Amino acid sequence: MTNQSTNENNQPHHLRKMTVMWVILSVVGDVLFSIFVAPHVPPGRLTETAAKDQTDFNILFEMAIPVLFGVWIYLSYSLIVWGDKRNPNPAFSGDAARTNMKAQVSWIVITTVTVLFLAGFGTYALIVDHGSGGGQGPNPAFSPSGALKAETAALVGKATWSPGSKNVLPVQVIAQQWKFTYRYPTFGGFESSQLIVPADTTIAFNVTSLDVIHSFWAYQLGVKADANPGVNNVAFTTTKDPGNFIVRCSELCGIWHGSMYNSGKVESQADFESWATNTEAANSTNTALLPAFAWTYTPDANGADGGYYNDDNDPYSTVETYGAKQPS
Amino acid sequence: MSLTGRLSTAIGLFLVAVVLIVWSLLAFLHPGTAGGYTDYTVGHTAGAPVNVTLQTVGAIGSGFGEHTTWVSYLQKDPTTGKWIHDTSMTLPANTVINVTIDQYDSGSPLRNQQWGQVTGTIGGTATLNGKSFKVYNSYTGNGVGHTFAVPGLDVSVPLVGVNGNLTNICGQAPCGNLPHNVLTFSFKTGAPGSYNWQCFVPCGLGYLYGNGGPMSTLNYMGGFLKVVA
Repeated sequence: MTNQSTNENNQPHHLRKMTVMWVILSVVGDVLFSIFVAPHVPPGRLTETAAKDQTDFNILFEMAIPVLFGVWIYLSYSLIVWGDKRNPNPAFSGDAARTNMKAQVSWIVITTVTVLFLAGFGTYALIVDHGSGGGQGPNPAFSPSGALKAETAALVGKATWSPGSKNVLPVQVIAQQWKFTYRYPTFGGFESSQLIVPADTTIAFNVTSLDVIHSFWAYQLGVKADANPGVNNVAFTTTKDPGNFIVRCSELCGIWHGSMYNSGKVESQADFESWATNTEAANSTNTALLPAFAWTYTPDANGADGGYYNDDNDPYSTVETYGAKQPS
Repeated sequence: MSLTGRLSTAIGLFLVAVVLIVWSLLAFLHPGTAGGYTDYTVGHTAGAPVNVTLQTVGAIGSGFGEHTTWVSYLQKDPTTGKWIHDTSMTLPANTVINVTIDQYDSGSPLRNQQWGQVTGTIGGTATLNGKSFKVYNSYTGNGVGHTFAVPGLDVSVPLVGVNGNLTNICGQAPCGNLPHNVLTFSFKTGAPGSYNWQCFVPCGLGYLYGNGGPMSTLNYMGGFLKVVA
């Protein structure tokens, strides 16, 4: 009989004891986490995208808890049961563990399965249905049904949306140093400092910039998309119930970057329609002066470029009579 | 070194590290004092409006630091009546602020005409040389030189430019009886807090996208409103 088998006979059922403790603590930990913590894990459930993000985070937590308990139980068990004074020749720790086939195989199999599952789950979540909250550039590979039609219609001023229509609502996010503004092509192309979107609606955020690189980050919506000048970066999400959210710029963009945020609202469809039609009417004078709705805008050459662009391009207006006279 | 000596050295270094960390945290949490803010709360009667007078100048000239060619705001000190190069103010909360801006700079079309619309003021209007307006078409007239905007309060007012072809445009602050537009508007401060305000016209000519230089330096084209109870 070898020394190892002798030790195992003298100290039986270590693995079984640890496994039982690990299973009990893991189940209790996961259940407690599910009940008391999981519903409050950011970013919440204001949109389908956010809800899926929360689910992903919770799955990671639920998997991490057994791993955490596994490490702690093995460490504690080793310290308590296999200390040198108590047992100078342990069967399942120290040098013995390095040659213990059960320990080696268990560790390799468990960690391999865990990591492979997370890799597979992450890939699935990213590609199949969770990835659309991030900006996908001007030609999204993963777009909801009806999104392409709505985007095309928005560009020619024919996008429509009404409560219950289930149409995708395009909203343009315009970043500039140092504020976001929002255009609603479905409602005459008015521009506003307020971001309000209807509940239970798929939103197509078309994100661009008038100057440097910014990033549109509506955390509670599960949306984050870079705002690049000259680029239309499209991100989708589907809102659920009414609620409030915060928009922040998440790309360091200059002195007032830290102040480049605003609050937003998901409102009921009726309230949103009321707000949008009222704002469309209130802003109509200024909307008529805005450039035609487009996915991107080139800063004007008439001085509005800040001296950065060549003065040979005037996409906003052919009127160049400013400076001719004092206003009355 | 004896054990006591080593122990004393270790404890001493640890205490120094703790002090440095605490000092850094406090410095981060309290980066400055009230100094540098022009205080409009001194002698203010609760409920009474506060009058703020500003001016904008295309080139601040000598006497206000090394950037003599930079565009800048100036503020009239409410106590002394002197023009000062300071863009931070302490204002009372929930109070009507009557703002008068003497705009001495020329203008141009806005990069985003959205800033041509008056927002966040009482009545949604401002006056240009005594005439009320809600929207200014920056593609006409002299364009817009600057804006006064407090994003946190959704306040934005376009400051219409003077004729850029004039030969007597002010180039030395403070400007006096030279061509300028007078803009007035009122807004109400909200709850106590710190709000930044800024110009949304990229008027830092020669700098990246026009938003460097004076647009990115405190006391030129932006500052803070410290609203206190």
